[in-house]
Amino acid sequence: MAERVGFFTDSSVCIGCKACEVACKEWNGVPDDGFVFRATSYDNTGGLGADTWRHVAFIEQDGRWLMSSDVCKHCTNAACLDVCPTGALFRTEFDTVVVQPDICNGCGYCVPACPFGVIERRERDGRAWKCTMCYDRLRGGLEPACAKACPTDSIQFGPLDELRERAAARLERLHADGVDEARLYGDDPGDGVGGAGAFFLLLDEPETYGLPPAPVVTTRDLPQMWWWAGGAAVALVGAVAACFAGSRR
Amino acid sequence: MAECHPVGFQWVMEARLRGAKVFHIDPRFSRTSAVADRYLPIRAGTDIVLLGALINHVLSNELYFRDYVLAYTNAATLVSERFQDTEDLDGLFSGFDPETRRYDPSSWAYEGDEEATTDEMREGGATHAEAAGSDSYGARGAGASARPPTDPTLRHPRCVLQVLKRHFARYTPEMVDELCGIAPEDFAELAEAITANSGRERTTAWVYSVGWTQHSVGVQYIRASAILQLLLGNMGRPGGGIMALRGHASIQGSTDIPTLFNLLPGYLAMPHAHRHEDLADYLEREGAGTGYWGNRRSYLVSLLKAWWGDAATEDNDFCFDYLPRLTGDHGHYTTVMGQIDGTVKGYFVIGENPAVGSANGRAQRMGLANLDWLVVRDLTLVETATFWKDGPELETGEMRTGDIATEVFFLPAASHVEKEGTFTNTQRLLQWREKALDPPGDCRSDLWFYYHLGKRIRRRLGDDEIDRPMTELTWDYPEEGQYREPSAEAVLREINGTGPDGRALSSYRELAPDGSTRCGCWIYCGVYADEVNQAARRMPGNRQSWVAPEWGWAWPANRRILYNRASADPDGRPWSERKAYVWWDADRGEWTGHDVPDFDLRKPPDYQPPEGARAEAALSGTDPFIMQSDGKGWLYVPSGLSDGPMPAHYEPHESPVLNTLYGRQANPTRRIYDRPENPYNPPGAARFPYVFTTSRLTEHHTAGGMSRTLAYLAELQPELFCEVSPQLAAEVGLVNGGWATIVTSRTAIECRVLVTDRVRPLRVQRQIIHQVVVPYHWGHEGLVTGDVVNDLLPVVLDPNVYIQESKVCTCAVLPGRRPRGQALLDLIEEYRHG
Repeated sequence: MAERVGFFTDSSVCIGCKACEVACKEWNGVPDDGFVFRATSYDNTGGLGADTWRHVAFIEQDGRWLMSSDVCKHCTNAACLDVCPTGALFRTEFDTVVVQPDICNGCGYCVPACPFGVIERRERDGRAWKCTMCYDRLRGGLEPACAKACPTDSIQFGPLDELRERAAARLERLHADGVDEARLYGDDPGDGVGGAGAFFLLLDEPETYGLPPAPVVTTRDLPQMWWWAGGAAVALVGAVAACFAGSRR
Repeated sequence: MAECHPVGFQWVMEARLRGAKVFHIDPRFSRTSAVADRYLPIRAGTDIVLLGALINHVLSNELYFRDYVLAYTNAATLVSERFQDTEDLDGLFSGFDPETRRYDPSSWAYEGDEEATTDEMREGGATHAEAAGSDSYGARGAGASARPPTDPTLRHPRCVLQVLKRHFARYTPEMVDELCGIAPEDFAELAEAITANSGRERTTAWVYSVGWTQHSVGVQYIRASAILQLLLGNMGRPGGGIMALRGHASIQGSTDIPTLFNLLPGYLAMPHAHRHEDLADYLEREGAGTGYWGNRRSYLVSLLKAWWGDAATEDNDFCFDYLPRLTGDHGHYTTVMGQIDGTVKGYFVIGENPAVGSANGRAQRMGLANLDWLVVRDLTLVETATFWKDGPELETGEMRTGDIATEVFFLPAASHVEKEGTFTNTQRLLQWREKALDPPGDCRSDLWFYYHLGKRIRRRLGDDEIDRPMTELTWDYPEEGQYREPSAEAVLREINGTGPDGRALSSYRELAPDGSTRCGCWIYCGVYADEVNQAARRMPGNRQSWVAPEWGWAWPANRRILYNRASADPDGRPWSERKAYVWWDADRGEWTGHDVPDFDLRKPPDYQPPEGARAEAALSGTDPFIMQSDGKGWLYVPSGLSDGPMPAHYEPHESPVLNTLYGRQANPTRRIYDRPENPYNPPGAARFPYVFTTSRLTEHHTAGGMSRTLAYLAELQPELFCEVSPQLAAEVGLVNGGWATIVTSRTAIECRVLVTDRVRPLRVQRQIIHQVVVPYHWGHEGLVTGDVVNDLLPVVLDPNVYIQESKVCTCAVLPGRRPRGQALLDLIEEYRHG
């Protein structure tokens, strides 16, 4: 297996140009998301979904205009992959999570499983779609389209370990410059999803950007739930058996 | 810059990472403001007040770079006794004729130059105002004496520095507060930052986009910035300069090899019908004999030889008579008025969309509707090609398709990836593009179109005398492929020029005045040196010096910074180790450094010109601004401008504010079209209380022809909207996401509403001024449509270059959508007359 790769999206240098959104759609042939004026700052695609795999959030605050490009987190512990019954979702040799559209049967289990609300079914064809981290480009030795297009290197692609080091250094620099509100999001392997393959440097609380503050892989408790369910079943069988046993007496 | 030039903006972001402080001064809080260190909102149209106050701050606190200013600018030069300033005449300079509303600039001259040596100077402003002469004039170095009298102590009351001091004395922080809406403490921070960051060790750059030019005082905006940069020693040095970010790809190229009516390639003036009877006449009258323009015969004769080849000989003035002649103003807006008047019958529109992109779109479309024929070449059916079937005037009943007799030819064009050629960027860098794929269907390159059109026309011509400019034209490029595409490289080689041996020239210094050399554009000479397409070079940055001379090719002579002699002190030593760029190597007896020196390589710093010297020989070893007749950076412009030798603040033609600096409200020489198609909001009309300005968005391209048609861009900004402050929204009754109608005397448009704190009401002259910001990308074609914002604008022009004042006018704002049909006309009529 190749080295694990990922994205480090540094929102402190994002200029909101949306080149990532366009490059992603161009490369991956993602359809448009409809022509809807949303009156929410400069955001007219709304959020990640079947037809938007990179999404730039625009947050207007008093004297500040935050911009950040969101994407599938390619979680270490990916619930979408756990729940997929067909094997359409799989973990690649780059340790990324990809849906194979020719296998996806559109059951939609992955949709509520994602703690970030990333993956979505496309109404027109029923299948689930999301960022592939440009799996085909990676296999060809190219960086993903969004990272390639980003003019300010807000989106950086590379080996995950290297990106984490770079991000820590960048955070340190920003803190030294007095940008106390800077923080990393999704970089910690000890977090609820085992660390994200796509992590971020944010300038405010994650909720400000529409990100869950403490995401947890939704299948985390699944083994335990099976255990309890099994226990309950055994108990139930026992109880029923006991009833019959009792009646015989 | 982040908004319109996101790719170039990466370098600003990188500079920030290295510690640069970025100020963003703009009426609108844009994506640039979001990542700048400081954002200063300003009332649109007041930049000269701000720049003038910075100049005053530098002068009155003696913060200028004295050694640089004394040696390299005209600060010490004495101005004519006859000159009177706006200080003396309450907002006018001397020489104003109220009848013609034009200046006679002879009194602006240097002392001793009043009786001008050329007609040029004597005729001055008025003649140039006729045909945007100032445009070519400024670039070619207006005539002025190479050695005017000076006072090196800078104390003489008529030396330029003292004239400037008096002129800008009234530009105070209080005035900035009162007119721009910028608080004194914010001004102080800006002033401190730029002065602290200029001098021997440091340089400051100013960056503007074309919005800065789109004012009735547009040229003087840039002049004000130039004065400031010269005073601070920020010209010709690394990290300094004034970066003009152009409106779209290769607009720099289209001024170098111009699409402008008043210029020939390489900023040579287009000859005038009556003032330039023959070549000698032209060379005598157009520009100065000293400085590099002193070689203009070589440049022009080589151009004529490139165009007419063997037919151009010494005996026939090298076919000078074949060049078209100006008879007056042939600029865009005068042409449109000519269409309405029926004097202009045919029109080529190539890669432009004036029905959406130009000021007063209704006048544009009225012009188009009155033509005999119209040719539109574009990637898609833009509004200029379809105005006759679904333009706004059809909805109002002002036009009916059946009444429009214009025959419209739409010719599909190849895009930039479907043809090869060069782009010239804002840094004068030529970069060759390969063709990625063939254009689809009938789409063809512009080169193909003009080349084959020329061939067809030539086939129809006989041997009449009058046809000889066409029949004798060199028009024989190699043709390639199925559609006989002319070779773009052959054209580039012709532009580069060839010597008597037929080989490509390597420098404009090789151009000869006798017809032995050919060159299609003298400043591009060298782009094909050694028979190699130098613009196609792609040496990676990490394999060459930081100046990166082997990436593409920059005109002139592959110089990356113009006037870089100024990066060394008068003795030829770098001003500082940190800012070393080009210097004099005394041992080798030549200039050297990181870049190609912009100076005679072997002219020592102590060179003094002999009496009667011409061209570059007339400039001393300490004259870095080699295109100027005196080799100096001009703090004060003795000739070449139509509206004054120094910038003065005038309010925009339409403004809700009184000019408290002078008794003159607006630029007295601004060009007005007082016609029924072009009504102006009456001065001081309370029914137009708001400042209106237009803008662009990253997601769209200019008039929208290249973005509204593409789903991936259209979805990102699907509807026309205005940005308003919460206070204005409350005042007018606008709701976020709702509709607004914006009204001027020209028309009314409707747009969606974005209420945002980013737009800040400004306190100006003790009242609150609201600014309405509207991007102008929409029209009635494409995947997403909307009203044409530029329909709101009046046509009023800068007198130097005829650019329209499209960045500021006044408007009214109403809640809800606009009326349709006759009701819309009624609404405009009501507002027009109050």
